[in-house]
Amino acid sequence: MTAVQSNSASMFQGGFADPVFNAQLVFRQIMDALARPGRVAEFNGLANPPAPLSPTVASIAATLFDHDTNVWLDPALARNEQVAGWLTFNTSAPLTREPLDADFAILLDSGSLPLLESFSQGTQEYPDRSTTLILQIASLTGGRKLCLTGPGIRDVDNSAPNGLPDHFFDQWASNGLRFPRGVDVLLAAPDGVIGLPRTVKIALGES
Amino acid sequence: MNTHTQLATYNFAYLDEQTKRMIRRAILKAIAIPGYQVPFASREMPMPYGWGTGGVQVTASVLGPDDTLKVIDQGADDTTNAVSIRAFFQKVANVAVTTRTADATIIQTRHRIPEETLNEGQILVYQVPIPEPLRFLEPRETETRKMHALEEYGLMHVKLYEDIARNGHIATTYAYPVKVEGRYVMDPSPTPKFDNPKMHKSQALQLFGAGREKRIYAIPPYTDVISLDFEDHPFEVQSFEEPCALCAACDVYLDEVILDDLGGRMFVCSDTDHCEKRRADGHVGPLAGETAETAP
Ligand SMILES: [Zn+2]
Repeated sequence: MTAVQSNSASMFQGGFADPVFNAQLVFRQIMDALARPGRVAEFNGLANPPAPLSPTVASIAATLFDHDTNVWLDPALARNEQVAGWLTFNTSAPLTREPLDADFAILLDSGSLPLLESFSQGTQEYPDRSTTLILQIASLTGGRKLCLTGPGIRDVDNSAPNGLPDHFFDQWASNGLRFPRGVDVLLAAPDGVIGLPRTVKIALGES
Repeated sequence: MNTHTQLATYNFAYLDEQTKRMIRRAILKAIAIPGYQVPFASREMPMPYGWGTGGVQVTASVLGPDDTLKVIDQGADDTTNAVSIRAFFQKVANVAVTTRTADATIIQTRHRIPEETLNEGQILVYQVPIPEPLRFLEPRETETRKMHALEEYGLMHVKLYEDIARNGHIATTYAYPVKVEGRYVMDPSPTPKFDNPKMHKSQALQLFGAGREKRIYAIPPYTDVISLDFEDHPFEVQSFEEPCALCAACDVYLDEVILDDLGGRMFVCSDTDHCEKRRADGHVGPLAGETAETAP
């Protein structure tokens, strides 16, 4: 009972303490993450949302979401009234149940990651109208070593994010084939963010 | 923190937060699709469109209290346009400014890319008047969208080839079209083609803002940017017959400066910061002594 009360209070708390400058700082880190894929962009939990939403994901949401962006939550998150309530109260973003309508999608349970092509891919004329997926994962290090190549990377990047299911990599290869259409991904962990714009090619390193 | 909070009440960097978010989302998609023009809802800025309101909006959405801003027009920091934009951001964002390329974290420009190689972590923001490279061939936006969608760039090659047939070479010297990462044909804005090679695999992030045309596009670092050309007529940059009259640089873009009404003239670096730095380092051009009083 006490837990429920403290949770319902936190729905209206834990947004940015300094909205203008916190959003600027987080945006620059996200921009850097997408411009230099593989590089870890850091910002220490500026937002403080109800669990299981992480401060990293909440800070991204507080920076980029507003009433013009449709947000899709994975089924477990969508059932969590505290999290859905926090996002609505702090960002004003409308929630959608239709992944094809989503400007942003938040996924905590990467094990049950839906097909990337079930989200909006944009059109050939307007490929920017596609979903940006925010995947909350365990850590940006300690996982299987990857070889990232593409714009923003000098030669090759050897990130090893921990918590991506194996089928993600097949899906990512298909996503690349749809270029210029396709989704973009932000991997969000307690230690920061790695950006995976649709241009990045991922090969699996030694496991 | 107090100064920050006070400034925030005046809208830090002029734009309201909702506008910044919209522009920031457009920038992220632009980075994810290099060379593709993302539409955005351009806002009125307290300056005329010709002053680079697209670049100003991009800079305003990216800029933070820890940045150091440089603004150039042609290659110079001291022209009216550059001085005004710099003063604007000093007022609305209380940001540190510099004329030194190496010290800047954000450089807003129209017409030139600095001679000094840009580094990782630097951001170059271009003020773009006409973002659509196919506009001269096809006035309808719906058609140019389709051409980009289908990667149908034959007309552009025909236009360049007509240049060759007429002039013996490609006559386009400004806004010379490039292909980004093997996919999108892009207008580098009215920079001289001399600067095109600097865009290729630059370590800096390049952002382009067109205010009147409401477009944002981007080139991430280490991205292929290739000037369109033909096997029998490869792309070439302008070359200058003499070095800079003030600092003797011979691999830079030069501007003609009239010295007197008797037809006297000299060629000097368009990039004034680069020229000053070289002179401070002891490089002496042929006219450095004579023109000490009149030099820019
Ligand atoms: Zn010079």
